[in-house]
Amino acid sequence: MYKTPCSRLSGFVGVSVKQKLARNVPRCNQIARSLIQLHRRDPSNWLTYQHFNFLKRQYVSKNTSELHQRAIPKQAPVLTIVDERDDSVERQVERVPTINPAATDAGPQAEDATHKPQDKLSILKSTAENAAAQNVSVSHMTGTPDEPPHVQVETEEERQARLDRQWKQLKVDRADLPDIYARLSKIKLTALVVTTAAAGFAMAPVPFDPVMFFVSSLGTGLASCAANSINQYFEVPFDSNMNRTKNRPLVRGQISPLHAVSFALACGVPGVALLTLAVNPLTGFLGALNIFLYTCCYTPLKRLSITNTWVGAVVGAIPPVMGWTAATGCLEPGALLLGGFLYSWQFPHFNALSWNLREDYSRGGYRMMSVTHPAMCKRVALRHSLGLIGLSTLAPVLDVTTWTFPIISLPINLYISYLAFRFYHKGDRSSARKLFFCSLWHLPMLLLLALTCKKYSRNQEGAALPPASLPLTFPAS
Amino acid sequence: RLNLLTQCFAFGLFYLCFRLLALERFLFLAALSVLKSAGSTHDWVGPPNPLSNLRPIIYHIPDNETELEKRLRNLRQETEDWNHNFWAKQNITFSKEKEAFIISQLKAKGLTLRDEDGRRRSLSSEEMATFYKNFLDKNRVRHANYNKEWYRRNFTITLLMARVTLNSMWRTVTERQSSKKNGTPTS
Repeated sequence: MYKTPCSRLSGFVGVSVKQKLARNVPRCNQIARSLIQLHRRDPSNWLTYQHFNFLKRQYVSKNTSELHQRAIPKQAPVLTIVDERDDSVERQVERVPTINPAATDAGPQAEDATHKPQDKLSILKSTAENAAAQNVSVSHMTGTPDEPPHVQVETEEERQARLDRQWKQLKVDRADLPDIYARLSKIKLTALVVTTAAAGFAMAPVPFDPVMFFVSSLGTGLASCAANSINQYFEVPFDSNMNRTKNRPLVRGQISPLHAVSFALACGVPGVALLTLAVNPLTGFLGALNIFLYTCCYTPLKRLSITNTWVGAVVGAIPPVMGWTAATGCLEPGALLLGGFLYSWQFPHFNALSWNLREDYSRGGYRMMSVTHPAMCKRVALRHSLGLIGLSTLAPVLDVTTWTFPIISLPINLYISYLAFRFYHKGDRSSARKLFFCSLWHLPMLLLLALTCKKYSRNQEGAALPPASLPLTFPAS
Repeated sequence: RLNLLTQCFAFGLFYLCFRLLALERFLFLAALSVLKSAGSTHDWVGPPNPLSNLRPIIYHIPDNETELEKRLRNLRQETEDWNHNFWAKQNITFSKEKEAFIISQLKAKGLTLRDEDGRRRSLSSEEMATFYKNFLDKNRVRHANYNKEWYRRNFTITLLMARVTLNSMWRTVTERQSSKKNGTPTS
């Protein structure tokens, strides 16, 4: 909570900039008037530390984490009442950027200052140059003169925290863009989605076409980037209030909302177009449907009803179906089975994750099973973990894999079911965490095992071919 | 009576925070208007507000601001304040009610707020879960309304932003064309 900055405002001369402000910020006229009166009551020259600090932040090199010693051309009168070693004050100081001290030098000529903007500027510039020097001189005045100059060596974390507390220009730095885009599109999640789509492609019982594989993966990746960007665009105020998501680019103001939407369009339109034209219309349709489901159904539903989890599971299930249809061009039971794997997997994964975020979800207004229906949450996670065993058994029935698959996937399926059972029974933080982390490696493992047990020939009864690095092409029958 | 007192306190806190936000923005704007000639033509975004966790933005006002740009700026400003109010109130209410819940639960168990070492007692996450569920259910309609309003504002702002960008691009293009035609530099 702030300490009121009014007490530190005595050095503030509102009048000199009041004219300009009255034009710019008509609402704040009242505040301006009250502040001016405050100033008149306390005429002491309060060249406070925060004035210099504020200017130093803007004009001094941002990359230094130490206060450098600079040549001190001249020393303006400094009355530093704030002790530099007082950390709590430092923090408050940084929160309230104040007027530059140049105006205070004007003193009684404050009313005329508006007529001399140039003078003000020159004072300002020279003060700015002195700012860093002043900081050091300030420390000399307040600290013991025998100590070495106050050099702050910050850790990277502290530096990030300090930079985060400052006011920043909403200007996009070209060099930062890749990183911003990566975080905007939730690149890790996109990578997972592309992997599941690739697995769907690879599992399809057709000759492997590398070009089509690459194109469909690219299209899926672009569609996923678009969906994630729109999701972040919708959720800015909610993300700000949750610890897990408060470092997202839109929340931090690194880019504008329009920029995020443009990025989403720039990814989504080519992505879906690529899927529709270069792969096949069915895959393109599924891609567009998935974007729609994620942005227009799942995202708003998160705050309205617990059914969002089921919609989210469908969203996760569509990419492997897309991979399959990209390869074969039609929607087959095998595709739906792969989608079923993802659908069932989603529940132990998400329910375990949301279990430990209940407070954040509640405060943010998200309606999740873990908050509103905890018993159902645990039950559903367990039910679907067991369902994975059933689906694995279904795979050879649908000729997607051989019968080896349910057998070799049984250990990992049993393990996740065991953890889900422990979660159902105990329902505490550690069991939820264990289940969540298990789900993270369980899925790739399952898909890999399915790939190794892939059935290449559908017409030969029981004869399973050994997995080869390149699938053999069979005469069309 | 205690409830009324805490409500007054909460309201006062909330009001103070809102005024402080306006104050901080005003101070920064004052600083900025002086620094503006130093070349800053961008918006500035600040650190997250401690109550609402939202970051305030100071909007740059160009000298030749059009009507559309002014509308956009006002809408963004207003939305920001509206958002800040909602979340500050939400967070304050949440903390207040959580505190009350913990105290009432501890009292029901016959325990004091602090244990022998002077540390605060906390409830297990299972016990807290009933509070979380209650909070969500109680505020369900309020959240739904906020959601609708937020989506509407977000869309409007983005559309306006798009229009403003297109307009300024069009202006730049036509100015460049007319300057080429006349052969004189544009103002």
